[in-house]
Amino acid sequence: MTGIGWLQALILFGLVLVAVKPLGAFMARVFQGESTFLTPVFAPIERMIYRLCGVDPKEEMPWYTYLFATLAFSAVGLIYLYVLLRTQAFLPLNPQKFGNLAPDLAWNTAVSFVTNTNWQFYAGENTLSYLSQMVGLAWHNFTSAAVGIVLAIAFIRGIARTDLRTLGNFWADMTRCCLYVLLPISIVGTLLLVWTGVPQNFHAYETVTSIDGFHQAITGGPMASQEVIKELGTNGGGFIGQNSAAPNENPTPLSDLFELWLLLVIAAALTYTFGRMVKDQRQGWALFIAMSILFFVGLVVAYASEAAGNPIVHQLGVLGGNMEGKEARFGIAASSLWAVATTATSCGAVNAMHDSFTALGGLIPMLNIQLGEIIFGGVGSGLYGKLIFVILTVFIAGLMVGRTPEYLGKKIERREVQLAILFILITPLFTLVPTAIAAINPAGLATLGNSGPHGFSEILYAYTSATGNNGSAFAGLGPNLFYNVSMGIVMFFGRFAEFVPMLALAGALAGKRAVAASAGTFTTHSPIFVGLLIGTILIVGALTFLPADALGPIVEHLLMIQGKTF
Amino acid sequence: MSTRLERRPKARSLFDRKILVTAMWDSFRKLDPRGQYRNPVMFICEVGALVTLGFFLRDLRTHGPAGFDFAISIWLWFTVVFANFAEAVAEGRGKAQAEFLRRTKTDTMARRIVGGREEMVPATSLRKGETFAVIAGELIAADGDVIEGAASVDESAITGESAPVIREAGGDRSSVTGGTRVLSDRIVVRVTSNPGETFLDRMIALVEGASRQKTPNEIALSILLAGLTIIFLIAVATLSPFSLYAGSAQSVTVLIALLVCLIPTTIGGLLSAIGIAGMDRVLQRNVLAMSGRAVEAAGDVDTLLLDKTGTITLGNRRATEIILAPGVSEEIAARAAMLSSIPDETPEGRSIVTLSAPRAADGQSAAAERDLRALVPAGSTFVPFSAYTRMSGLDLPGGGSIRKGAPDAVRAWVRERTGDGAAVLADDVERIARSGGTPLLLADDRQILGAIHLKDILKPNMSDRFARLRNMGIRTIMITGDNPLTAATIARESGVDDFLAEATPETKMALIKREQESGRLVAMTGDGTNDAPALAQADVGVAMNSGTQAAKEAANMVDLDSDPTKLIEVVEIGKQLLMTRGALTTFSIANDVAKYFAILPAMFAIAYPAMNALNVMRLTTPQSAILSAVIFNALIIVALIPLALRGVAYRPRGANAVLRTNVLIYGVGGIIAPFIGIKLIDMILAAFHLV
Repeated sequence: MTGIGWLQALILFGLVLVAVKPLGAFMARVFQGESTFLTPVFAPIERMIYRLCGVDPKEEMPWYTYLFATLAFSAVGLIYLYVLLRTQAFLPLNPQKFGNLAPDLAWNTAVSFVTNTNWQFYAGENTLSYLSQMVGLAWHNFTSAAVGIVLAIAFIRGIARTDLRTLGNFWADMTRCCLYVLLPISIVGTLLLVWTGVPQNFHAYETVTSIDGFHQAITGGPMASQEVIKELGTNGGGFIGQNSAAPNENPTPLSDLFELWLLLVIAAALTYTFGRMVKDQRQGWALFIAMSILFFVGLVVAYASEAAGNPIVHQLGVLGGNMEGKEARFGIAASSLWAVATTATSCGAVNAMHDSFTALGGLIPMLNIQLGEIIFGGVGSGLYGKLIFVILTVFIAGLMVGRTPEYLGKKIERREVQLAILFILITPLFTLVPTAIAAINPAGLATLGNSGPHGFSEILYAYTSATGNNGSAFAGLGPNLFYNVSMGIVMFFGRFAEFVPMLALAGALAGKRAVAASAGTFTTHSPIFVGLLIGTILIVGALTFLPADALGPIVEHLLMIQGKTF
Repeated sequence: MSTRLERRPKARSLFDRKILVTAMWDSFRKLDPRGQYRNPVMFICEVGALVTLGFFLRDLRTHGPAGFDFAISIWLWFTVVFANFAEAVAEGRGKAQAEFLRRTKTDTMARRIVGGREEMVPATSLRKGETFAVIAGELIAADGDVIEGAASVDESAITGESAPVIREAGGDRSSVTGGTRVLSDRIVVRVTSNPGETFLDRMIALVEGASRQKTPNEIALSILLAGLTIIFLIAVATLSPFSLYAGSAQSVTVLIALLVCLIPTTIGGLLSAIGIAGMDRVLQRNVLAMSGRAVEAAGDVDTLLLDKTGTITLGNRRATEIILAPGVSEEIAARAAMLSSIPDETPEGRSIVTLSAPRAADGQSAAAERDLRALVPAGSTFVPFSAYTRMSGLDLPGGGSIRKGAPDAVRAWVRERTGDGAAVLADDVERIARSGGTPLLLADDRQILGAIHLKDILKPNMSDRFARLRNMGIRTIMITGDNPLTAATIARESGVDDFLAEATPETKMALIKREQESGRLVAMTGDGTNDAPALAQADVGVAMNSGTQAAKEAANMVDLDSDPTKLIEVVEIGKQLLMTRGALTTFSIANDVAKYFAILPAMFAIAYPAMNALNVMRLTTPQSAILSAVIFNALIIVALIPLALRGVAYRPRGANAVLRTNVLIYGVGGIIAPFIGIKLIDMILAAFHLV
């Protein structure tokens, strides 16, 4: 580990921290329907959209209506993308003349983008037309991110409101989210990326002759605009297969830093939005601090084990850290930082291959996702996931102080516990059960890149990533019908099955009366509570996944120390 | 009917031999899956025990690892039995009490009154609304209100207190309980409950736990535990294919051992014992909680309404001074004070007589109380004090009247008659009030005669108790009929947080509703019929056993000792109940970390010898590691039974301080303890070559 390496992490963290308050406060204003500096620009468009769609933005929805709107919106989006991918050969903006996608791959890709996962069983540069990228994937990069954000807002409203049955208007929230939050940052961000050298054109790929005489196709296309929302919306689906490890998606250290900032900033700022909306800023900061601690713990372990490198390689005379699968441009520090950030959020974009990380270096990204994508989490989904863990922690802690537990004045009772535990069940269920099926199924073993514990890690990582809607991959696993279909199903439920208990919980909380705080109420922004929250997350996460992880990265690490590799 | 009434035994030791022996048998009886399934965590454990037993039997035929399977199976059975034992011990004390109470319910005969004539009928034939008479020496046949006469009653069968209490018609001490004995005089009682629904019946059902239902918080916690169980079920079930992939297939016995170690058996096994023991602790304080829900709610109380009299001050105020109105002679004032107080049986009334009689000419000469009574003109009617008029007095046969009572009430009464009297003695009234005394004004139809200074006597140590409550986050409000000035002084001296002066049933009710609307849980004590609506409205209402039937019906707890300060203890028990659950839940989950470190390396020691690096406890063999974890898991339940039954140590402090301590003890302690425990068990197993 080097000072420069840590400096990169601290600069990134500092830049995120600086943005938390202004962006968080801005989002609070947007979603509470207050005017912002962008109102003069976007209000007319906003009104026009409402008129065109026949939406009354003031019409409040109870949780089940909100849920129905979310699901209906996503279902239509899923079908739309599937049809688009199956017919792209007949449609314009296809200079490379790519064919239609096979049904299973189209299904996998469509679900992947609707669920904000962006798992890619294809390489964009030789599979997808510009039209599919722009009106297919980019649409979902915006809307799936917006769905996550508005659901978090609905959940916050559930906590903030008392004695009300409604959570806001899904259509209005979506419109505002896209117009005021995602679009402006994306436009500015695109220009910045173009400035650092990311292509933004409609040309066919350029063919160049390299110094040693090989012909090489340089991928072009509307890449910068895709790149921004890929990070900002924690989507992670690269325009090209190499994702942000490729020089045209991520050309310079500056673009690398900026993309990292983009993928963290909304998830981090939403904690401030939360504090603002529940009228207690300390509650928001407590979440942010808990997230930051988990982030840095993961970073220390991942960076340390990548920097320490592989003793087996050391014996061969190659000293130093583990550079396998990393871009020399970024090095160990920036690659470790990216791996932790992309899994601490549910982004899944990569600038190095996680498959080539050391065992522990690869365990951290996996564990980050297994904890439920709540360290910062996906945009929105991270916040509501975190809040559900908070509710569970409050319940246990509340018992310990001898009072029916309450969070921000809302009593946590039978129904809340029921829905929270249902929510938490989803990650282990959809991660472990399909992994188990794949691990003893010829179809599941057919496309493994490695054998032994590392092969197991590849399967486990794939389903972990799919359930967590992360989308990053241990690259070793190849696509086949089994994985295309099963991972599609896992991504689908990993996303949508969570919505049901989560929104029902928000509805239950919104309908509650607030109880007054007293000296008998423990504070939920104290260091001890933050510690307890982290403890609960780690213990629930670790206890659930430790047996599986033990057979994958952990045993691999122990074997590596003994000089055995796979 | 000449046998002496047996006194209800108080606190039997928790670990009384007789209770333990009965509990031992019960813990095996409770293995019946029809009852066991209600506790999902322990049910899974029992299924695991059964399955491993099956494997053991198969091993005997196929020469499998019979010894290991047998050891695991036995300890899984122990785990379930130990949990059942905890529940049975917790139930034991209540059962013993119920058995005693049942003996009290002997077949009594009752003197039913029909059309003015008494007839002897069996007690069981008495119905609500009927009346019956009881004379000295007889058992009271049914619950009811005294409608005629007064008697001293021995209620020790119910309360355990041997001192007799007075029960009399009218007022707030009119209720009698079936199964108690009249010691003197004769009373006529109107029946208020049908056979089978009597206080005694309800009490038996409650102490026995027959009517026990899971409380809301217990249900919420059970759901959490069930959820965790499902998560671990998934984790362990999928481990089987994972280990197949790794080329190290695991036996079902090992997987079941891992599962039982991971699911929260510690809290799952002790959960119902904690609840029952909590109810029992309330009963040991001689408070009868109508439901576990009420005890739990007591732990959540934010606001405590306490009646001043009897709770904050000793019941009897003493008259210390009579201040004369301008132009009124001492003789006239003293005589009026004396006359109006002679029929007044309250301690205050008596103290006024004691003070005023020597100053009145004829009072001086009256040697005894009986002589004093003779001084009251024949045909006078006594007007008793009521919460509405806030005055008492005497209407004389000639048409004159005397009143004494709350200053504003008396002034209004005088103004009604004379149109005047507004400011007389205003300064003195205020002075008395400021000093914390209770000022009474004394008047006849013509004028205000004087002011009487009643001094309140504060109960000792109350301010400490209020400070304790404040630390727990509970606000105390004193309820008093006194004027605001008096109330403020007493509130200050006693350290109570707030007060409601000149309280009427309506203002009391309004206060409760206001508190509840601002999101607070309210507890109160009460005894009068007036209190019934407020008792019903409060989240926790404690009625005094001496109070009226109406109050007892409306409340969700009855204090058999009729001690209003008891509420504070009930609140503490309620908190302790939740804390015990929380502490053991945290402990139970934290334990899992060590169990993983014991079992996982053991499971894969053969496929991946490198995994032995995780065997941080250096356990002897894979078998001993797994068995040690299972044994620890079973023994920890037994070890924690005393804690579950007594409740975790409770000190009234702020929530954050309590949280810090408990997280340290049960969270961090819960991670460390099993590392030590499992290692010790492993050492013992190895030393005796048991594996």
